[in-house]
Amino acid sequence: MHIHKYERWWMIFGVAMLIAFLALLAFAAVENSIVPPSGMQQIDPKLVAQTPPFNHPGLRRLSDGSYEAYYIAQVFAFDPPVLTIPQGAKVTFYVTSTDVVHGFFVPGTAVNMMVVPGWVNMQTHVFRRAGEYLLLCHEYCGIGHQDMFGKIEVTKR
Amino acid sequence: MTSDLQVRAENRVVIAHIYTSTAAIALGAIFGVFQGFSRAGAAAAPSWFDYYRILTMHGVLMALVFTTFFITGLCLFVTYRAIPRERKLALGWVGWLVMLVGTAMAAVEILLGNATVLYTFYAPLKASPWFYIGATILVLGTWVVAYEIFENVVYWRRTNPGAPVPLVVFCAAATFVMWIVATLGVVAEMAMLIPWAFGWVPTINVLLTRLFFWYFGHPLVYFWIMGAYIIWYNIIPTRYGGNTFSDGLTRLTFIMLILLSTPVGIHHEFMEPGISSTWKALFTVTTYGVAIPSFITAFAIFASFELAAIKQGRKGFIATVKSLPWGDPAFSGAAYGMLLFILGGFGGLVNASYGMDAVVHNTIWIVGHFHVTVGGPVALTFIGAAYWMIPRLTGRALWKPEWALMQTRLWFIGMLIMSFSMHFAGLLGAPRRTADVSYGGAAVAQAWHPYMTVAAAGGVFLFLSIIMFVAVALGTLVQNRKTEPMAAAFATSATPAGATPAALQHLFRWGVIALAFAIVVYAGPVGEILHHPGYGAAGMRTW
Ligand code: HEM
Ligand SMILES: [Cu+2]
Ligand SMILES: [Cu+2]
Repeated sequence: MHIHKYERWWMIFGVAMLIAFLALLAFAAVENSIVPPSGMQQIDPKLVAQTPPFNHPGLRRLSDGSYEAYYIAQVFAFDPPVLTIPQGAKVTFYVTSTDVVHGFFVPGTAVNMMVVPGWVNMQTHVFRRAGEYLLLCHEYCGIGHQDMFGKIEVTKR
Repeated sequence: MTSDLQVRAENRVVIAHIYTSTAAIALGAIFGVFQGFSRAGAAAAPSWFDYYRILTMHGVLMALVFTTFFITGLCLFVTYRAIPRERKLALGWVGWLVMLVGTAMAAVEILLGNATVLYTFYAPLKASPWFYIGATILVLGTWVVAYEIFENVVYWRRTNPGAPVPLVVFCAAATFVMWIVATLGVVAEMAMLIPWAFGWVPTINVLLTRLFFWYFGHPLVYFWIMGAYIIWYNIIPTRYGGNTFSDGLTRLTFIMLILLSTPVGIHHEFMEPGISSTWKALFTVTTYGVAIPSFITAFAIFASFELAAIKQGRKGFIATVKSLPWGDPAFSGAAYGMLLFILGGFGGLVNASYGMDAVVHNTIWIVGHFHVTVGGPVALTFIGAAYWMIPRLTGRALWKPEWALMQTRLWFIGMLIMSFSMHFAGLLGAPRRTADVSYGGAAVAQAWHPYMTVAAAGGVFLFLSIIMFVAVALGTLVQNRKTEPMAAAFATSATPAGATPAALQHLFRWGVIALAFAIVVYAGPVGEILHHPGYGAAGMRTW
């Protein structure tokens, strides 16, 4: 089979581009630890309300000055509905669902997770800008899906 | 040679498929334009027919019904015309009927509000079992059509020993080889969902159903794209007196699509718990791989344009563009589609890198992206091809061909307006699949509003465009102006025939290899899920 010269160049260019993209991703993963959320911890969805630390959802301060925020997603609300954290704080969100699949998304940030019953998903974020952030469910979860949102208040330091 | 009667009987089968798909896009457009208004805050769905029921209808009609019936019709058409023979047509009809029954079952359950689960039907949202059964029957109907096409390939090989299958039939059969490999995933998912929906098993493994869904869901996209590529490679060149750039490269492209379309699905699950980063990284690599056949296609199409222009004694970019038949609706549909596809390709590269995906996952950006890929290139190519096929199927001249041309332009403009504003709103964080995105007047949400309004306006263009398409399709039947029988000629290759290596001709063998490849790539994440089955979900009806 004859492959035209230009065609060959074009294919080499295409493959080279793809390899460059992949290399960039690998670099971002290793250098800046930009990796997708991959919570591997399991939890019984029927017993979430009794299982620590989800029996007391909300913010927790660790000894190194960073924070953990435990969230329950449930039709059609987040618990806690409002979270207040200081500007510049490093927060790791832990989220689980008691019923169907929900989303956990803070517009304007890369906080973006699927919340699957039976699993605890997690993601870390540093809120550099003070102000009020919207937290919303961005996976269809039922008739009240559009009403499922909360607030994150980042207070000025 | 085949009799007139035979050809007419074949045409009736194809007409049934194509007009069913036309009905689906027409209905789907009504729901679509409403969604635009709802999201812009300009309308609200009544409580007895809520937004999500509307959205489920739109997604199912557009993504599953319109596209599938068009591709089955197209592939039967090219097979019948490129391999003329006296043949029984029972399977073409059975396939259509089975698909129609499945569609009707699923549609009734959605309309009754028993399956407001959107076209992705993610467990543990629990729909009526008859919805899942209907959807399964729709898929099984496509397998009947696949069998009909494969049977003709086998017939050709038997009666033309040593000769390669006609290129257009090769492409059609390759599309269905890929489709069989892909639909095994959704059938496996249905085998989990149906007993659970009946209550025979108490709980379901949510992660496994989602994984099976995306095992199918991504190649579903490539099924549509392969349908468009069949047209781009084999039909469009005949509109400007050109050739398929290369027979061998076209076959290579389709074989690569068979191999690479399936083992990529997990890129839809980057934000998922329970699937470790290793597997997400692996699927990023395979996802970039599936861009290669599209690179080849872009080259082959532009090369074909250029060669045709040179044949006419023209040289240079402007001259080439001018030499193309922009006044022909079949060509303009495909060509505007190709322009949109270039935009879609860039968006796709963004989505596939998970760092950037974190910003746009499940935002309206994604909806903008697939309207600029399936809603634009694929739908517009199909509509254009319908303008080409309908006179050849019905023996009637197109009613108002100038409307047909206007329609393709209107769709192009409407799609640009709608999907551009969706992309922008998505970058600002507007979520998809949401009836009302005002969030109690939150400040960020207010920033989305202008974009949602512009998107709704784009939706109106699209809606008007669909009305014109339906008017032309039905007007042609009603007006009943007979034409001379038209041949359905397919493009021939610019490279000498017979130069195609034998390795590029074994379709079914490549299908088996593709399935094995998909199983190997998926073994990791599936093994991981089965190793930690965790807690099953009981499921519920939250609507
Ligand atoms: C009249 C033309 C159309 C209009 C006005 C339109 C409008 C829309 C809008 C506004 C949404 C987003 C709803 C939301 O996320 O809340 C949507 C979703 C969707 N559209 Fe379209 N669309 C049109 C044509 C098409 C076509 C031709 C296709 C495919 C062939 C298509 C496939 C889809 C799919 C698959 C979804 C996603 C459904 C889901 O998220 O469950 N649309 N459409
Ligand atoms: Cu939710
Ligand atoms: Cu939701």
